[in-house]
Amino acid sequence: MPELSMVQALNAALRHCLAAHDRTLVFGQDVGRLGGVFRVTDGLQHEFGERRVFDTPLAESGIVGVAVGLAMAGWRPVPEIQFDGFSFPALDQMLTNLAKYRGRSRGAYDMPVTLRLPSYGGIGGPEHHSESPESIYAHTAGLKVVTPSCAQEAFNLLVAAIRDPDPVIFMEPKSRYWAKEEVALEPAGLPIGRACVVRAGSDATLVAWGPMVHRCLQVASAAEEDGVSLGVLDLRCLVPLDEATLLTSVAETGRAVVVHEAPRTAGFAAEVSARLMEGAFGSLKAPVQRVTGWDVPYPSGAVEQQYIPSVDRILLAVQRVLDY
Amino acid sequence: MDADRLRETYRLMLLARRYDEEAVRLQRQGELVAFPPMSGQEAAQVASVLALSPADMVFPSYRELGVAVGRGVDMTGYMLAFRGAWNGGLYDCRRNRFAPMASSVGSHLLHAVGWAMGARLDGRDEVAIVYFGEGATSEGDASEAFNFAGVFRAPVVFFCQNNGWAISVPAERQSAGEIWRRGEAFGFPGVRVDGGDAEAVFAATSAAAERARRGEGPTLIEALTHRFGPHSTADDDTRYRERAEVETARRNDPLGRLRARLAASGVPDSWFSDAEDEARLAVSELRASLAAAENPPAVEMFDFVYAAPPPALALQRSQLEELLGPDA
Ligand SMILES: Cc1ncc(C[n+]2csc(CCOP(=O)(O)OP(=O)(O)O)c2C)c(N)n1
Ligand SMILES: [Mg+2]
Repeated sequence: MPELSMVQALNAALRHCLAAHDRTLVFGQDVGRLGGVFRVTDGLQHEFGERRVFDTPLAESGIVGVAVGLAMAGWRPVPEIQFDGFSFPALDQMLTNLAKYRGRSRGAYDMPVTLRLPSYGGIGGPEHHSESPESIYAHTAGLKVVTPSCAQEAFNLLVAAIRDPDPVIFMEPKSRYWAKEEVALEPAGLPIGRACVVRAGSDATLVAWGPMVHRCLQVASAAEEDGVSLGVLDLRCLVPLDEATLLTSVAETGRAVVVHEAPRTAGFAAEVSARLMEGAFGSLKAPVQRVTGWDVPYPSGAVEQQYIPSVDRILLAVQRVLDY
Repeated sequence: MDADRLRETYRLMLLARRYDEEAVRLQRQGELVAFPPMSGQEAAQVASVLALSPADMVFPSYRELGVAVGRGVDMTGYMLAFRGAWNGGLYDCRRNRFAPMASSVGSHLLHAVGWAMGARLDGRDEVAIVYFGEGATSEGDASEAFNFAGVFRAPVVFFCQNNGWAISVPAERQSAGEIWRRGEAFGFPGVRVDGGDAEAVFAATSAAAERARRGEGPTLIEALTHRFGPHSTADDDTRYRERAEVETARRNDPLGRLRARLAASGVPDSWFSDAEDEARLAVSELRASLAAAENPPAVEMFDFVYAAPPPALALQRSQLEELLGPDA
């Protein structure tokens, strides 16, 4: 199996889908000749031509709006929005139309749009380049929200998202873009919507997605040295949420810490925590804890590591659930 | 432009060029995280802002070093934005009437229009100028800004620097039409100027500002210009543009053009070397002051979220303070 970075794995997934299905389209800002500012679309225009892989004007609302129309015309659009923070100019099209078109047409139209969104912080980016808007999209009925944590998952999930008949907001963790691992480039054939136990543990369960999965694995290794056994659950999809796996994993340990980069208030950890209250209350040995970004706008690059949940902050929360 | 002002324009353009080159060096040395160079756009930036009065309000994008120099914005505070010290910049935006730099492309055109509407409501004869690239004109917000400005006859100057590229996307892909012509569609004049010609830029911007001050509403200026460098220090422009294009642009360097114009009018060589010395000194001062400048402490991320922090936020601040200990 080849050793690939997440960028290369995503590129392979796009190549696979463009080759497998000739109505797949890739478009966005700088995705053509440049191959994307992160090179995720590198070489695709050369290989599949300007008809199917093309640069758009600098207009996010336009990108999403035409994706809706292209989907209605029977195409399978895979637009890219260059950075998390620039999905906001497209929010109206995403929330008002992309999410609702199936319903507005009483099922006449599929919306097989996969919106790729380089997301989250941790790379010292300038303003608006490090946001974690997952809860906005998860809160919007009609959108699915998928977010891989490593190269292999990136490949599998992107292929599955593109095959899905519903709109998927595909949030790629920029801070994990360059981490390499062996990747099997055979589509797993699994649909989206399944969480994954990435590490088994018996004392408490860390629940995370995207970039915080790796952080939680670091925490679990650190805790192991102190004789504490932590499991790590990668949700992979926030919508649809794999509640069965979530409830079982947490029921096994009776303790959960949910971690995300997004601010705390109304972040997706609140949803996870509520599901645990509703579905696993009897097996909880401690109140569910959250470790999140602070309730502030994402700060400037120089201090972002004081914003993103650190190993220490997560360990403190682990201590709280163990000591309860 | 009179002779004094022309020399002043050259002096500031040179200063902007040298700061720009220094910023690229500082980025390579790891002192800045990333920087979007504006070399090649000095005439468009400096000459336009010099056409305004100090009470007028400037709404810059991220590539407006030359405008900042023309406005007398504190360079250390300006550059600290690119060290990741504070989003939007650490200069005095109220004193310089120079808004925090906009990195969400196209979002600030509407702010300029709103500011101009406010000035008009107050009966003040102040003008807003907003700087943006040709790429920004594709955003819906840009069209909305043009339309509001037209309908409310807002005293605003839309200053578009068409440098031919939005990262890797050429101007032809932003618009099948010509940008300056959009003014007409929204009911106000549009003009196209050679953005490498400081005098032409100054004349066009002065006319637009005067028109706005007379209460006649907005003007759209499209200044044709070139960026010599990549989109930012993180970009590799050899992937998408021919070197010949850059070489041609450099041969038409706006700084060289103005120098030739001044020399022909009798400005002696010694004046140019003095200007160069002055710029060199300013650059070394900037380097020193950046090295000495401390970033705001991490806990400041909590301090400007609300006028008065809600209790839960104050608690989070103290949690971070505690975690960081004396480093907070
Ligand atoms: C809303 C938004 N979308 C995308 C980006 C990413 N981006 C930053 S600069 C840029 C190109 C801007 O081109 P132009 O408006 O011509 O200005 P220039 O960079 O040439 O000065 C892009 C796509 C952004 N910053 N904001
Ligand atoms: Mg441009």
